[in-house]
Formats: sequence, C-alpha cells, structure tokens
Amino acid sequence: MTPVPPPALFSADGMVGLIFLVMIGVTLFGGFIAATAERLVRALSGIVICFTGVAGFYYFLNSPFMAMMQILIYVGAICVTISFAIMLAAPEEKIKSSPSNMLSGPFGFMIAALIFGGMTALALTTEWQVNAKTASGSVREIGIHLLTTYSMIFELISIVLLIAIIGSIVIARGGRN
Amino acid sequence: MSLTLFNVVLAVIIAISFVGLNAAYLVWCERKGAGLFQRRPGPMENGPWGLLQPPVDGVKLMTKQLLIPGGVDKAIFMVAPVLAMFPALISFVTIPFSENIVAHPIDVGVLMIFAFAALGGMSLLVAGWGSRNKYSMISSVRAVSQTVAYEIPLMITTITVVMISGSLNLGDIVQTQLGGFWHWNIWPLQKQVGFNLLMPFSFLILFVCSVAETNRAPFDLGEAESELVAGFHTEYSSMGFGLFFMGEYANIVIGACLTVILFLGGWACPVGDLGFFPFTHHVGWFLLKIYLIIFVFIWIRWTFPRTTIYGLLNLSWKYLIPISLFNLLLTAGLLKVF
Repeated sequence: MTPVPPPALFSADGMVGLIFLVMIGVTLFGGFIAATAERLVRALSGIVICFTGVAGFYYFLNSPFMAMMQILIYVGAICVTISFAIMLAAPEEKIKSSPSNMLSGPFGFMIAALIFGGMTALALTTEWQVNAKTASGSVREIGIHLLTTYSMIFELISIVLLIAIIGSIVIARGGRN
Repeated sequence: MSLTLFNVVLAVIIAISFVGLNAAYLVWCERKGAGLFQRRPGPMENGPWGLLQPPVDGVKLMTKQLLIPGGVDKAIFMVAPVLAMFPALISFVTIPFSENIVAHPIDVGVLMIFAFAALGGMSLLVAGWGSRNKYSMISSVRAVSQTVAYEIPLMITTITVVMISGSLNLGDIVQTQLGGFWHWNIWPLQKQVGFNLLMPFSFLILFVCSVAETNRAPFDLGEAESELVAGFHTEYSSMGFGLFFMGEYANIVIGACLTVILFLGGWACPVGDLGFFPFTHHVGWFLLKIYLIIFVFIWIRWTFPRTTIYGLLNLSWKYLIPISLFNLLLTAGLLKVF
C-alpha cells in the first residue's frame, strides 16, 4: 500500500478533507468540554456541540436524513430532556462531584488509552473493503426498509417507546392525590 | 449553474443580507403596525415615514458598549446570541423562494428547518442559564417548555402535509399546489387532500404553533417584561441583544415561509396558470404571501394580551396535540380511501 500524496488545499478533495477535519475538531472539542466541564450547563453545551459535529459527519457521508435526525433527536429532544433534568435537580451546582469509585483517575485513563490504542491498531491494520453503493440512502429507501426488512425491530422499538410513555404517565400520576 | 467559490460566497452574502434587511425593516413594520393598531403615527422623525429608523437603530446598537456582567458564565453568555442567529440563517438555505431561487433544495428540507429550530430553542436555554440571573433562568425554563410543547403539534401538522404531498422537499410540496388557489392545501374540498374537512384547522394549528415557536405575543411568556424584566436577554446589551432581536425576526420570516409553503401554495399564483400573464409562478407571490402572514403576526401581537404559562401549555397539550393527532389519522385514512 503506497501512501497517497495529500491533495492541494484549494482543490475539491482538499476542501472536502478540510471540512472533514473541521468536523472531527468540532466533535472532539464538544466531547472534551462535556467530559471536563465543571458546571452541568457547560457540559450540556459540550454535548450539543459534539452531537452537531456528529450530524456533520452524517451529512458528509451523504446521508442528510440521518444528519437532520441526529440534530432533531439528539439536540432537540435528548439535550432538552437533559436540561429539564438539570433544571429540576440542581441548577446552581458549582462544584464538580469527584467520582470515588475505582474506575476514576489513572485506572480509567489507562483503560481509555488501551481502547484508543486497540481501535487505532484495528483501523490501521484492517484491509478495508469499499463496498459498492447499495442504496441511495433517501428517506424513501429508509422508510421501505423500516417497514419491510426491519419491521420487527421497528415494531419492537415502538413497543418500548409505548411502555416508556405509559411508565412516565404512571409515575407522573403517582405524585398526585 | 457552476458551483464556484464566487457563487457560494455571493449566495451567502445574499442570504445574510436578506435576513438582515428583513430583521431591520420588520422592526420598522412592527412599530408602524403597532402605531396603526393603537392610533398613533409610529416612527416618523428619521426620513420619510421614519424609513431611516432601522439603520439609525443599528448604529445605536453597534456603538453601545458590550457589557458583560461579572457574575455570568462568560463562555456560554457569549455563545448564546450567536446560537440564536445561526440556525435562523442556515434554515434559509433550503427555503424555495421560487422554482429556481433556492440555495440548496435538500430532500429533507422540512426536517432541516425543524432540526435547526430545535437548535434555536437551545440558544434561549443557554442564554438564560449563562446569565445566572433568576429572571433569565425562569424565562429559559418557560421558553424550553413552550418550545417542546409546540414543536409536537407543529411537526404532526407538518407530517400531515408531507403525507399529502409525498415529499419532504419544500419545493416538491409547492409543486403539488400549483394552478390556482383552490389547489392549495388549506382548502378541504379537493382530491389532493382526500376531501379532508379539517385542513383549515390544521392550517390554524400550524399558524398558532409558529406564533408560539417564535416566542411572539400573545405567547411571549419567555420575555414577559411585566414579570421577568426582559427574560432571557435581561443581561444582554448592545449587539448581544441585537442578535437575539434579529434572530427573532428571522425566525418569524421562517415561520411565515413554512406556513406559506405548506398551506398557501408557495410561489404559486392565486388565480392559476393564465398563460398571458407574465408573473404566473413568481417569487413576488411568495414574498407577498409571507409578508401578509407577517402582517397577521404583527396584528395578533398588538391585539391580544399575553396569556399565562398554564394557559399556554394547556392549549398545546390538551387541545392542539389531540386535534393534530386526530387529523393525522384522518388524513391518512382519507388519502387511502380516495
């Protein structure tokens, strides 16, 4: 495998590569903020940035539907839910709680480094096979697959969601007299 | 059209100036409109009919000191106004002004607008929280619960229209409504919408939701100035406040665009294809329709008093969501039958 020379910055490939790097940067930056922030709200903002970066990846990989769903669900729904949880719990919390279990500190760092090394080794040594484009990835294709090939999974997920909704209603009603 | 760097830059400049001009002159329209409804002249000192008021206001905002209070969470405080403006700008990428005037007709245009609207909701939250001020905080809690509540009927109603059109592309949605106002999705008695008698109600739901989503009176609980000073932008001065303000007006334009595209036929001429008439399907119709909708926005703001937060949330969860869900099922059934 001979190394390919990097493309010029202002060629099409160069711009694509630059955008890709920017998205990696945004995702990592968001993740870093989320992991190290001392205030919960900042951590939440970090997650938002991180999710937006991941959505950028989906868009980059020619799947705009997934990109929009990523923002809509993760930023619009999950982060808002988390923000509600923070609001109800401790909005003025300033001190970062120090986890006291054995996984924190150097041991956790070691595990993370091991996983990172393993993944890197895996990515570098695998013979990647570029598959031919199987489907256009359009909303139509996704819909057809969801209701034919993966209909069982689809239905199971809806049942899980239904149970979650009923559960939340039960919990909410339980607090009232 | 070749996608050269120059074209991209030009498109971006046009989009930003469209948003900026709209934001500036909608403030003028708002003040003139308020004057009209309250029997007073409105701005009239600067230029003819006060038309030079927006640039003067802009200079005032820009030259003011950018004050950052000592107690705020600085990083978040600085990011929030940008976050308010950015989604509003990016949503314009996919809005079709006419058959040819659209920056990027993405296939999931509807989803894109909702996705970035959700991001805009986050900005209010972040602004209220970054300010570390109890009024701002209450305001952001209200704003978020309001956004969550009204996003649901808004999306369900939109899905109804998407089912009728069979596409998530905003341009395609307009294409199905061409040829006279009786083809628009708002009218119930046509085969296209499955003779669904509830279509005008869905239009109403969509309209109410877009008023609520843009935090406009009578649903501007987030910035209820009699209770919360100025809500989430209490601590902002100068252009920080200016960006929130511009973001609000940009969102109003997007809400009006969405309403027009989904229900009022987008750039379609109201009297249909006349042949001899040169402006049958023209961007002018689109602009005319969105400014009519915006006029109604202003009309409502200066006519109705602010509701309460409970009334607001009850309206969405107890009325709009059940009605829009029922309408979704009904439309699905009717489309299957006819």
